[in-house]
Amino acid sequence: MIKEVHQPLVEKAIVQDKTYFLQVKEHPWLSLFSFMVILLLWEGVSRFEWVPPLFLPAPSAILLEGWTMLKTGVIFKHIFASLSRILWGFLIACSLGVMVGILIGFFSIPEAIGNPIIAATFPIPKIAILPLLILWLGIGEASKVAVIALGVFFPMVINVYTGVKNVDPLLIKAALSLGSNRARIIKKVILPSILPMIFAGMKLGIGIALLLVVAAEMVAADAGIGFMILTAADLMQTKKLMVGLIILSFLGIFFNWLFQKLERFFIPWKQ
Amino acid sequence: MRVVIDHISKIYIDRRGERTEALRDIHFSIEENEFVVVVGPSGCGKSTLLNIVAGLLSSTSGQVIFEGARTDSKPHTAVVFQDFALFPWRTVLKNIVYGLEERGVKKEEQFQIAQRYIALVGLQGFENKYPHQLSGGMKQRVSIARALANDPLLLLMDEPFSALDAQTRTLMQYELSRIWEETHKSLLYITHNIQEAVFLGDRVVVLSRRPGTILEIIRIELPRPRGEHLTLEKKYLEYVDAIWSHIKNQAREAMEEEV
Repeated sequence: MIKEVHQPLVEKAIVQDKTYFLQVKEHPWLSLFSFMVILLLWEGVSRFEWVPPLFLPAPSAILLEGWTMLKTGVIFKHIFASLSRILWGFLIACSLGVMVGILIGFFSIPEAIGNPIIAATFPIPKIAILPLLILWLGIGEASKVAVIALGVFFPMVINVYTGVKNVDPLLIKAALSLGSNRARIIKKVILPSILPMIFAGMKLGIGIALLLVVAAEMVAADAGIGFMILTAADLMQTKKLMVGLIILSFLGIFFNWLFQKLERFFIPWKQ
Repeated sequence: MRVVIDHISKIYIDRRGERTEALRDIHFSIEENEFVVVVGPSGCGKSTLLNIVAGLLSSTSGQVIFEGARTDSKPHTAVVFQDFALFPWRTVLKNIVYGLEERGVKKEEQFQIAQRYIALVGLQGFENKYPHQLSGGMKQRVSIARALANDPLLLLMDEPFSALDAQTRTLMQYELSRIWEETHKSLLYITHNIQEAVFLGDRVVVLSRRPGTILEIIRIELPRPRGEHLTLEKKYLEYVDAIWSHIKNQAREAMEEEV
């Protein structure tokens, strides 16, 4: 028999919630406040010229510079140049990535052919391929669009491939038993199943696209945010350079917001 | 119409070449408008049998024959799966019309057929909900309506209520009994639950543990329609006890066996 030794009794022992620290606490004001403090510190550092404004212009000066660029309209030329490159590269990469991903994910022969090619080319930094692309496609738009397309293609194709591999086999069985053939299964089961993975691929891809468009424009271009940043640096126009960086930050935030909205719209069954 | 399950055997061979005999010489038939339940201990190959009948798995030997089958485009079978297998991106209504879409039925007709089965299984008001917004019992109603909407020759149900809690499960058994009285669809029902088998079936096929062989086929001579009152009757309990005594040792061996 198991006997327990009883300790002397206390009067009351109140049960505490041990998980209280796991509860999510939000500090919306702290986020805003700290952001403002950093901006103010930066403004002060530049105003009192603790750091020469040539190296670190004040936020207010950058803002003013941005405003004049906006008023004169020079900024739009650069933004549109970069955006159109991103857009084309992104569109080509997404459509190709989805098609190839489904093909190698669903059919064994394309998988056997495609997998080693992707495994071999994926690790090459895409910017290293740019000189080759310029050699092939010339110094114009085509080589820039191509390098972006290449960079976005890989995360897309890998995401889609993984998505197809993880489609619930029970849903495929259900569709088969309800009379679907293979083509219909791709359209009605595989595609909706992998939508979340496609969006994940797009979010990964847009970061890569921003990186590559700037890099490509720094190599050879006469317009674009990358070009603008590089020429500003050459001319020691630090404020203009900073405006370029801020535009890139805004573009990144904008695309993330856009994809989140699109995802909500296209995947209403995921709350 | 008659479905003959003609001496079906199934041997699985895995990558290392190891053979597992799942089914051995299963032979019985399902008559028109008959409710046949296959019951057996876990790992007796019940689901394997259902998948073979559904055309979702090939048998090693033997075949499934539909005698006197229709020649229209309607499918021979439709399956209600244990885990519902609803398309999460389709609303209740859209799930139910899936098979009709695949057969090219006109839109208005799809809608009419769907409405009929939505009413039959009691899903009115849930037409535009997504599966994740439904309870397990409601999900399985959708799955039943989706299968019935295709008007198959034989309805197949693979442990349809096993994923539900015990109370919902009992209620769904009554529901299915009621739905079946209204449709009298030929039905092959797989379960490990003996009470369920006796409550629902016209005949119960008792399978042994692996390799699954038919131990016995018992005709359940209980009056229809069957309702809650039945489960207290002596004859019902005798059937349950008779089947349990057949399976008891098998089930114990299955439990102690390594997976």
